[in-house]
Parts: sequence; structure tokens; C-alpha cells
Amino acid sequence: MTRAADDPLLIAGRSYQSRLIIGSGKYRDFEQNRAALEVSGAEILTVAIRRVNLGQQSGEPSLLDVISPERYTILPNTAGCYNAGDAVRTCKMARELLDGHKLVKLEVLGDRKTLFPNVTETLKAARALVADGFDVMVYTSDDPLVAKELEEIGCVSVMPLGAPIGSGLGIRNPYNIRMILENATTPIIVDAGVGTASDASIAMELGCAGVLMNTAIAEARDPLLMAAAMNKAVAAGREAFLAGRMPRRLYASASSPETGTFFPPL
Amino acid sequence: MELTVNGKTRQLAPPLSVAQLVAELGMADRRIALELNGEILPRSEFGQTLLAGGDTLEIVQAIGGG
Repeated sequence: MTRAADDPLLIAGRSYQSRLIIGSGKYRDFEQNRAALEVSGAEILTVAIRRVNLGQQSGEPSLLDVISPERYTILPNTAGCYNAGDAVRTCKMARELLDGHKLVKLEVLGDRKTLFPNVTETLKAARALVADGFDVMVYTSDDPLVAKELEEIGCVSVMPLGAPIGSGLGIRNPYNIRMILENATTPIIVDAGVGTASDASIAMELGCAGVLMNTAIAEARDPLLMAAAMNKAVAAGREAFLAGRMPRRLYASASSPETGTFFPPL
Repeated sequence: MELTVNGKTRQLAPPLSVAQLVAELGMADRRIALELNGEILPRSEFGQTLLAGGDTLEIVQAIGGG
């Protein structure tokens, strides 16, 4: 039997016991975020890079005072970027901020309503970042050809959306995710769309290497309980994938012997 | 001299290093990254880098995001 310890998630040369990656947006406060992170079992946390708020700075703790970059892998994102140039600039700021840490989550958005990726700009930014030595985990559409191209550019993980960011609609096109997985040479992580535990399990049962989520936990009525549910859902989905599910049949297959009854058979 | 910090102009008296400006803004101990005129300025160079009128700075931090 495979155990979690024998089945780590490998990203950019580091191994992780948890296949869940969570965000740090939309929480009530840093403490709720920290507690959700702990309960979720996640070892990687995404953060955004924004201007400091001049004037009301000193004294207030910052996110990274509450959630330690020594204990967790901090994954800075390029959320809010709509072109390759802004995304590359954001990654450079992040690398400086995190003392040379090279791992980034690239997302170049196309439009505010859907937050779908601008694939052309994403490819351009990915090329520039890989050339500059970044380890790029990239948010993209569920297009298998684009996913392949991002792998060929040298991204360390390709992260197709399951549904729009923050929508909670689940994995809308599992067949595309399957096609991406069939050709994958890097970890494929579903990023965006997960709404509840079963969505995370479905992603893992398809064979994804992990799931990245934010809103599903942060906007649950009880974020800590949902974080616990997601921890189990991702682990359960992974185990089910490794176990290999039974074939689907249209008709029944009796689980008890149909012979040896003490009454006449049908 | 006039500096633009995070999109807002400020009047400050020269000579002023980046380290002095960062201290004046109350961010000396904070985990930040800084761009001077569009280029990353490593923290190790804050002390020796003097600001000039018209300089534009961006100072960022990590905040919650997905």
C-alpha cells in the first residue's frame, strides 16, 4: 500500500507531503488565515504583492509576520496583472521581498469579469521568467495545447483552471484536464474553481498532482472546518487515484453469491 | 526635492538615502521590496543610494491573495 510519505508532491526540487496549496486572500484576519493553513495541512501559501499603505504602517503586523516563510513555502502571485510586463515586474519584486526565493505563481489575466488568463501574455511572461531563472507555476486555461507549450517553455508546474477564479463551480471540463494529464511531464495542479470538498477530490481522482484554492475555504461559513475537509478531500482523492477505481458498468453486479440460496433461484 | 512614492508626490530635503527615506516612512524593519525608477534596488544598496529630485519609487509588501 502506498503511503503519503512515499508519495510526495515534487515542485522545483522540493518535496511536500500535502498536495493542497491554499491562498491567503479574503480571510477575516491573519489569525484566521494562519489557523486555516494549519488545519488544511498545506505547506504552500500564495500571497499577493501590493504597494505598502504609507501612513498607517508602523506597528501593524504584516502577513509574513504571522505566517512564517521559514515554516511555509510562500508562493507570490501576479494577480491583478493584465500584461506580461507587469507580471515580470511583480515577480522581480517578490523575489527581492523573499530574499531571492525563485518560486512564483504566474497569472496574467485577460478580463476582470471572468479572470480568465490572457494566454498570449502568459506565454510571453513565462518565457521571460524562466530565462531569468524563476521557477514558474503557471495559471492557465484548460487548453491541453497551451499547457504543453507552457511545459516546453520550462514551467515547473502547469495549473489549469477548473472554473473561473472564486466561482466555486467545480471542475467544469474534466475531459480537458484528463487530456492535459495524459501528456504531462510536470505536476498539473487545478487552480481555481473548487467550491467544496468533492470538487477537490474529483481533481485528485483525475490524477492531478495537487489543488490550489482560496475562496472555497475563506468564504465557507466555517473556514477552519472547510480547511479540514479540504485536507481530507485532497488526500482521499489522491488515494483513490492511486488505488485505481473499479470500471463503470451500466448494469448491476451482485456482491453476494447468486448460488447456494435455500430457495429456488429466479 | 520632489519624489514620487507609491504614486504620490512628497517634498523631502536632500541629501537623502533610500535607507533614510524608508526609515522616515516607518518601514525600516518591514519586509518590503523597492523599485527605484523602475528597477529593483536590493536592500543592501539602500544605504549607499542617494535620491535625486524627480525619482520615482515603488515600495511593496506581501499581502493576502489567492
